[in-house]
Amino acid sequence: MRICLFHLMPYGPLDLDYDKKYPAAWMSLPNSYYDPKEGHALYNRYLDELEYGDELGFDVLCVNEHHQTAYGLMAMPGVLAGALARRTERAKIAVLGRALPLINNPLNVAEEYAILDNITGGRLIAGFVRGIGAEYHITGSNPAKSHERFHEAHDLILRAWTEIGPFDHQGKHFKMQYVNLWPRPYQQPHPEIWIPSQGSRETIQWAAHPDRKYTYLQTFSAVDVVKRFHNEVKQAAEDYGYEASPDQLGWALPIYVAETDEIARKEAGAHVEALFNKFLRMPTEMLLPPGYTSPQSIKRLREIRRGTTSDSPPTVDDFIERGMFVCGSPATVRDTFAHHQKDIGFNVLVGMMQFGTLPADLTHKSMTLFAKEVMPYLRALPANSVAA
Amino acid sequence: MPNYETKNMTLNGCDISLMQGGDGPPVMFLHGAGGAGVWLPFMENLAQNHAVIVPDHPGYGRSSTPDWLDELTDLAFHYLDFLEVRDLSGVHVIGSSLGGWIAAEMAIRDPSRMASLTLAAAAGIHVDGVAKGDLFLWTPEERIRNLFHDPALAEARLAVTPTEEEIDIGLKNEFATANLAWSPRFYNPQLRKWIHRIKLPTQIIWGDDDHIFPAEYAAAWHELIPGSCLEIFADCGHLPHVENPDAFVATFNRFIAEIRS
Repeated sequence: MRICLFHLMPYGPLDLDYDKKYPAAWMSLPNSYYDPKEGHALYNRYLDELEYGDELGFDVLCVNEHHQTAYGLMAMPGVLAGALARRTERAKIAVLGRALPLINNPLNVAEEYAILDNITGGRLIAGFVRGIGAEYHITGSNPAKSHERFHEAHDLILRAWTEIGPFDHQGKHFKMQYVNLWPRPYQQPHPEIWIPSQGSRETIQWAAHPDRKYTYLQTFSAVDVVKRFHNEVKQAAEDYGYEASPDQLGWALPIYVAETDEIARKEAGAHVEALFNKFLRMPTEMLLPPGYTSPQSIKRLREIRRGTTSDSPPTVDDFIERGMFVCGSPATVRDTFAHHQKDIGFNVLVGMMQFGTLPADLTHKSMTLFAKEVMPYLRALPANSVAA
Repeated sequence: MPNYETKNMTLNGCDISLMQGGDGPPVMFLHGAGGAGVWLPFMENLAQNHAVIVPDHPGYGRSSTPDWLDELTDLAFHYLDFLEVRDLSGVHVIGSSLGGWIAAEMAIRDPSRMASLTLAAAAGIHVDGVAKGDLFLWTPEERIRNLFHDPALAEARLAVTPTEEEIDIGLKNEFATANLAWSPRFYNPQLRKWIHRIKLPTQIIWGDDDHIFPAEYAAAWHELIPGSCLEIFADCGHLPHVENPDAFVATFNRFIAEIRS
């Protein structure tokens, strides 16, 4: 199994009572809640945590992209990946952003990724995403044109990486008279590509296409949802006439390891609750603008969200129960992932070892325990194909 | 007894559904972001002495969504084709909100088949320093409440449980509206430059309590279109033709009579 370390870089010192005044930790939450002195310390602490991940032997260090939110401070993930590029030696670096529909010149991403790939001598993993609903409000990018823009931007970036320029591109959304990328990517024909998603059918079909076979990464979902969407990837591959490799299946989630299950729950509880109940808090209209996904999917998702609103917010036990959070002693965490891998067949595990308000000392302790007691065991598990 | 029928036609590869009723000089009503919906009392009233045509825009209601629907000005050209194909002339065009924006875009391009323009709480322009409502961020309930001045009207609408078909049409209309009006929100920065080309008799009707485009927008339109008439309805929200249909029709009839004289 490939073991990856993921960071959102949340604004941990957030006043968690913000929600008495504002509906979301995104977009409408005034940036007076952000203190640059805290931010200075946080960025450096979080980069230290990712660098420590390289020391501990994680296969991939993952940075992320979100905008105008306390949920994650990596609005320009290339800057952070650039900082890691020079301070790490071994691990690959995955940028689990760039939200292609939000930008007006996709070649900026082609360049940014190619530079990272050159600096690291081929340690870059290129992520492509559509961005979260709020980011369409924030950037003004049209959610109803999101899929079209994503596909056109992706195709243009791949062409810029693999074709000798100059050539011209006259697409529906992007018109470039001269495309001639300097630098070309270090990895040939191009860096490995990952597609993080919350499970849009259109994205799954597209990522699994035989021309791409990209790693599909299901993010922050209950384990039965992960299984369902991984099965959709396998089914899509089968419909295309091939068998999906376990390396095409990834799962991203928060993980916490401590001496015992009881200690783990006690130490991590409030922090993971902050992640899901405070940092990820967003009204439906912000999360699902019209057009972001098909009207039928929006209808389904809105019904699900209406069904899940309850008076008391879910607790750490609920998150563990649903398999959105794996938390416990090394043995518990090992067994949980071994069980899910046997059941689902994924071979890419993306662990978010810091989440919400989790402080530096606990993050460090959990990462160390995970690396010593869990990682060697999971890494030794053979890739396991499970039929859809 | 409502006096209208629903018809279908194909234009520019798009299947169009439209309501039409009455006889007399033609009136075309262009609906707003919420869709045309049902044959409303003000339509029935207008149909007493006009041939009233209410199409579902391409992408909305029971019309299909054509591949060419990329931006709002596509609808302006579509309706110019519509008037031409049906050989309509002397048409009084009434546009509500997003429909008013379409009507204005038509009028700056080719007003030759139009007799007059009525803009009811029209989208299409931006007024610096006047905050607009953002219906893309409102919940479905907030959206309905923000349409009306009179809370009783909102309550009445909220009390009706929509059918599955109405829910689906609502989502389709939202999708189309995002496609056409997401950014910049509900206006075309280029339109204002050419509004002076509107030489048609123009009536602007606005509610004094419009939560989406505040009444300052009415004043801006009035100033941009020389010779236009301005009527602000007291105690009225974003849909003057719905919230105050009798006054709306009376204002329209008075305006038409003045043109004729």
